[in-house]
Amino acid sequence: MDAKLIKQYGDELYHAMQSKQAVAPLTARESDISIEDAYHISLQMLNRRVDAGAKVIGKKIGVTSKAVQSMLNVHQPDFGYLTDDMVFNQGEVMPISERLIAPKAEGEIAFILKKDLMGPGISNADVLAATECVIPCFEVVDSRIENWQIAIEDTIADNASCGLFVLGDKAVSPHKVDLVTCGMVVEKNGKILSTGAGAAALGSPVNCVTWLANTLGEFGIGLKAGEVILSGSLVPLEPVKAGDFMRVDIGGIGSASVYFT
Amino acid sequence: MSTRTLTKDQMLSLAEHIENAELNVHDITKVTNDFPDMTFDDAYDIQWEIRRRKEARGNKVVGMKMGLTSWAKMAQMGVETPVYGFLADYFSVPDGGDIDTSRLIHPKIEAEVAFVTKAPLKGPGCHIGDVLAATDFIIPAVEVIDSRYENFKFDLISVVADNASSTRFITGGRMAKVEDVDLKTLGVVMEINGEVVELGAGAAVLGHPASSVAMLANMLGERGEEIPAGTFIMTGGITAAVAVKKGDNITVRYQDLGSVSAKFV
Repeated sequence: MDAKLIKQYGDELYHAMQSKQAVAPLTARESDISIEDAYHISLQMLNRRVDAGAKVIGKKIGVTSKAVQSMLNVHQPDFGYLTDDMVFNQGEVMPISERLIAPKAEGEIAFILKKDLMGPGISNADVLAATECVIPCFEVVDSRIENWQIAIEDTIADNASCGLFVLGDKAVSPHKVDLVTCGMVVEKNGKILSTGAGAAALGSPVNCVTWLANTLGEFGIGLKAGEVILSGSLVPLEPVKAGDFMRVDIGGIGSASVYFT
Repeated sequence: MSTRTLTKDQMLSLAEHIENAELNVHDITKVTNDFPDMTFDDAYDIQWEIRRRKEARGNKVVGMKMGLTSWAKMAQMGVETPVYGFLADYFSVPDGGDIDTSRLIHPKIEAEVAFVTKAPLKGPGCHIGDVLAATDFIIPAVEVIDSRYENFKFDLISVVADNASSTRFITGGRMAKVEDVDLKTLGVVMEINGEVVELGAGAAVLGHPASSVAMLANMLGERGEEIPAGTFIMTGGITAAVAVKKGDNITVRYQDLGSVSAKFV
């Protein structure tokens, strides 16, 4: 795909995000779009946001569960960029009706790094040594593609379908919790909706961060100390609307809750 | 109010029929096909008769189990209460042990948490606080279920009569005091031959596994029975039940409570 087309689609997705008007799937319009093209489109979309004043604060990893990988017919995750206008703190109200098109919530574990990580050659031990703490997190994903009609290239181009996220009330050292077996309980409007455990994301959330460090390393990009990394959902996605209240509890870590308007 | 539709002879003959299916390892059609008006009281009478038959033969009852304890499963079956069954001595398999598939029809495994009581629990009115106060310790347990009904297809009345599909269980990992574990968020990860197949957290069992024990006490109370001190109770699947076959190695990892393994031979 040539640079002009990449810029055009990146701009189109940026405008879709700003105007909350979803666009037709890129894969329906460009049959030969590659995963690499899609990442370039995502970067163009990011550059537009940075030009408008947004600051990159971290990354998210998506497509980490077997169910979503089978749905998209891929055997690897993807990633997107987190900016300062996406983050909410525990107890804040999240204005999804004002900001998002078709939001869905997912419970995750967020990593906060204390050291840079530069792939390739990063192991899980490196990631654990570079992690300051893990925090409970709700990511509210959204798609700028009409009706979530996404192929893997569509979601990658659309910043890995990233929307907004909320970080929880407790930070725990990764030394203190088994991230493979830690259990997750998600409640919506007071009812238990789903349960999961760390292993739902590629066998371990640490595997996801390691994959990201090594994948970005191939492009000469590192993960930076202080960045927040969302490691992938441990439960099925749940559509949400204004008025919903959600809570996630993670065994040995803590909880996060969010009220949507 | 007890309601029964079977004569004593019918009840005794159905108990023999279902237990023989277990002992001789063959499947049968569900009992409600021939007795469509059967009630829960009839079905539990059959289960208690199967229990009496085993005890008369010299087997000991070593614990109780709860089944259909997840809201998802209950909604699927259109019921609001789980079911219980009993565990006989020969159901017990040591951690890391072999499970002989030639003795089973179509086994499935579920990851659970088991309670061991130190004081009696008697319903009605038993609640989660009573259960926590009466718990000696908890311990990870993997249940092997094996419906005696064709294709594992049944209704709730039939499964009660079939001792809630009980067949084998494996305990292992580490025991713990209830005050040291958050049973609601306790995570479990089930692996078959090294691949993760199911996972979940304790809240999948009625919101909290101790609720399952309270419900057992209340259900037994309806028959004038209680849970004596020292009872081992499996609280129901945190994960969905997964089919296993000869040659499979299974491991279930529990958050902070170690793991439980077995081999199907």
